[in-house]
Amino acid sequence: MPNTADTITPKITDEIVAQHGLSPEEYERVLHALGREPNLVELGIFSVMWSEHCSYKSSRLHLKKLPTEAEWVICGPGENAGVIDIGDGQAAIFKMESHNHPSYIEPYQGAATGVGGILRDVFTMGARPVANANALRFGRPDHPKMKHLVQGVVAGIGGYGNCVGVPTVAGETNFHPAYDGNILVNAMTVGVADADKIFYSAATGVGNPIVYVGSKTGRDGIHGATMASTDFEEDAEAKRPTVQVGDPFTEKLLIEACLELMATDAIVAIQDMGAAGLTSSSVEMATNGKAGIRLDMDQVPCREEGMTPYEMMLSESQERMLMVLKPGKEEMAAKIFEKWELDFAVIGEVTDTQHMVLEFGGEVVCDIPLGPLAADAPEYDRPYLSRAEYTEWAGIKPMANRPDSDDVRGDLLKLLASPNLASKRWISEQYDSQVGADTLQTGGDAGVVRVHGTKKALAISTDCTPRYVHADPYEGGKQAIAEAYRNLCAVGARPLAVTNCLNFANPQRPEIMAQFVHALEGMGDACRALDFPIVSGNVSLYNESKATGGGSAILPTPAIGGVGIIADYDAMATMPFKSEGDAIYLVAPEFWSRPDPTRSHLGKSLWLSVVHGRDEGRAPPVDLAAERGAGQIVRRLIEEGVVNAVHDISDGGLAVALAEMALGGNRGADVRASDDYTPAQWWFGEDQARYVITVPADKVDAFNRLVAEGPETDEAEWVGFHRIGTVGGDSLLGASLEDLREAHRSFFRDWMEA
Amino acid sequence: MAFRSAVVTFPGSNCDRDMAVALEQVSGTAPKRVWHGDAELPEGLDFVALPGGFSYGDYLRSGSMAANSPIMRSVKRAAERGVPVLGVCNGFQVLAEAGLLPGALMRNAQITFVCRDATLRVENAQSLFTSGYEAGQEIVIPVAHHDGNYFADDETLDRLEGEGRVAFRYLENCNGSARDIAGVLNAAGNVLGMMPHPERAIDPAHGGTDGRALFESAVRSLVDA
Repeated sequence: MPNTADTITPKITDEIVAQHGLSPEEYERVLHALGREPNLVELGIFSVMWSEHCSYKSSRLHLKKLPTEAEWVICGPGENAGVIDIGDGQAAIFKMESHNHPSYIEPYQGAATGVGGILRDVFTMGARPVANANALRFGRPDHPKMKHLVQGVVAGIGGYGNCVGVPTVAGETNFHPAYDGNILVNAMTVGVADADKIFYSAATGVGNPIVYVGSKTGRDGIHGATMASTDFEEDAEAKRPTVQVGDPFTEKLLIEACLELMATDAIVAIQDMGAAGLTSSSVEMATNGKAGIRLDMDQVPCREEGMTPYEMMLSESQERMLMVLKPGKEEMAAKIFEKWELDFAVIGEVTDTQHMVLEFGGEVVCDIPLGPLAADAPEYDRPYLSRAEYTEWAGIKPMANRPDSDDVRGDLLKLLASPNLASKRWISEQYDSQVGADTLQTGGDAGVVRVHGTKKALAISTDCTPRYVHADPYEGGKQAIAEAYRNLCAVGARPLAVTNCLNFANPQRPEIMAQFVHALEGMGDACRALDFPIVSGNVSLYNESKATGGGSAILPTPAIGGVGIIADYDAMATMPFKSEGDAIYLVAPEFWSRPDPTRSHLGKSLWLSVVHGRDEGRAPPVDLAAERGAGQIVRRLIEEGVVNAVHDISDGGLAVALAEMALGGNRGADVRASDDYTPAQWWFGEDQARYVITVPADKVDAFNRLVAEGPETDEAEWVGFHRIGTVGGDSLLGASLEDLREAHRSFFRDWMEA
Repeated sequence: MAFRSAVVTFPGSNCDRDMAVALEQVSGTAPKRVWHGDAELPEGLDFVALPGGFSYGDYLRSGSMAANSPIMRSVKRAAERGVPVLGVCNGFQVLAEAGLLPGALMRNAQITFVCRDATLRVENAQSLFTSGYEAGQEIVIPVAHHDGNYFADDETLDRLEGEGRVAFRYLENCNGSARDIAGVLNAAGNVLGMMPHPERAIDPAHGGTDGRALFESAVRSLVDA
């Protein structure tokens, strides 16, 4: 085949193959797919398309087992984002994605472009983004880099989301030494579209023009996808040039221009240029459309002179989209993009060759058959430990002895001042949570945004408890789903579907692969039991670092983004205590009413680690029937308006849940311990499927009637109500509100002002 | 009679829809939406709003490029004719850069972006924007900005205070603003710039409705005129 000067490569050597992250065996597959040796452009394209990041070669086999369907699912995994029906001809479109390695190297830009990328995945499908959320994991606060990383990531998320005008309404932030050398930045976007105006990526219509819009292509981010597919070496910092630079202003213009064009009937297909840029977008569009594609690389808008086709195809410059237009619509579309001061270029056409052909300087510089590129893509069934072998490897045992709490007040204050339970106001105030003027609540169990112009609202929660997943990947996987379900129920939302962002370490280690496989099984079982399918997601492997000495793996972190719907937001529930005299109830599986102290869980609790410095025991088991029943009943009580505050019980247990309700409402409470449990079990145990609710005095009769009526389903018979106290006063468990507040805000204040 | 208002959209504005919704809810009439590249505002306007956002990405300086947009010549003429002009957040930055209001909005003193409910004290309850409040009334309006640190020299600040042109002050200064100033009026009293977002406090679902009286004041001043 002919070559122009810049693609003439010396024979592709083993070294060049290795530099592209392909194993010798994978290179054999390239030769097979092509039927000849690739040139450098082709090798580059194979390398990014077959990277872990783009090909899911280690995870695909197991992802297939996840439940992805329900009556209300319009589009599950495989497109840019998942789509669900939210009634009245409207759809919610959402996805969560990782930007871990770039954020460790360059926290501001890494986090910012993570937000930018996930926004594009959502508006590509025709949705106006209405909410952002995130899930962040950092290392030890006293790690020398950590303050800088936290400051940079938070500023980056805010810098991008605030500028594009999408409110950040939910998120979670954890600290654990396992993330010292490899932080996790997972960003989620939720958008709303008309259900009959969803845009997909399949390129069809031979001869239809392929159009490039957005920013120009530069040399930034080349091989970002390949970087995301390996462990961090000591030279992590040297990889800074592979981090992209974001421009939220351009993204804002791109959103408006795309939505304006989408309101016409000009678009056949559209795809954002994310990881692996022009390569993955063009290959995916052609493959999904079972078509071919021909691109004239001379037409690609470039930021710099002299860029080669190799660079253009592998650049991860941000804020770019690829579209297939109906013939004759080019001029109209170009006018819209000119108005928004964005580049617009026809760079090729859809063909029927099922080949990707690139031309440059009048010569063909790449000709790849798309069928083999997909069909010959590696897929691995990597070995993994059984659950029993894993437990043995991880050294998980029941606690040898159970400590108790002889100072509940003191322990509560310690917990509230600990990094994982501290007030995250320092973070959340850096995000515009109100833009759009549809935000109904933040800072509670779930963020809630109104569907503009309706009485409906979407609830969004991000969840995962990595220390549970590490102790028991199967139960931990279940728990992540169950907690998302619980958080949505706690605001009165019906949980609809989830997106996941599966952050794990090196899958070539059988113990890490075991974490992945068993966590996915747990998730799948929970999703099936709760009618809560997974409609989109992302896998991020090789999250381990040699940078901090030793091949330290992160805790397995399958972060969940749950979305639910509230039919009428006037009935939405919030967390803070509302008024003096409100009755406080613990909603919990029946065995809490019929005590069985052996089932109470202090293993892997934050109390155990913060107060006793012990990170041990087993993760709490998740009873999915109890979880579903408790959720149903809590939603019913909210809909009927007989409760005025609701909060789920999670990290830190009952005492921390009560403290958060007290601080939110600036009211104390008089609460009783239980004779059947030790103080530590009762106040700090992290048993699942539990909520705290409050019932105002004038609703107690109605509440009792509803409870006496019994549940809608047999499952809810599992649920018990336990009166534990009354709202009032200015203290909780012997601690004044002032002391609780001081403890709660002390961590970030002292850390950031130090 | 219908309240004829307009909301200007610059590239990067992101509170333009919120402002339009607030104006429509309070006045009963949807405002005209005006693109920054237009040469002229619509005829016969009763009210012009420059919304929040990040016009031109805040590049160069917040509001500086938008202040030179074609539409701003028309906004200036309207302001000179006495048409009420409200700039919120980035809109305030644009008005300051355009010379329609004194002073400048610098980076927040704490360097970071701040989004929270701010309690303001109404300092001037006589203006066409604030007549619906009581002097000294405390109201809660959300802020969300990176560059809200109001600066002017002492002479200017003395003059603003002396002439009753400080419309609102922060009870708790959230950005380092000189003399806690959250909003200022021009000499004629028909141009108001403020960092807090009254359009985010209109509807009980917002968690508060203290912003409503600002728009109601403007509507009433037209009816009374």
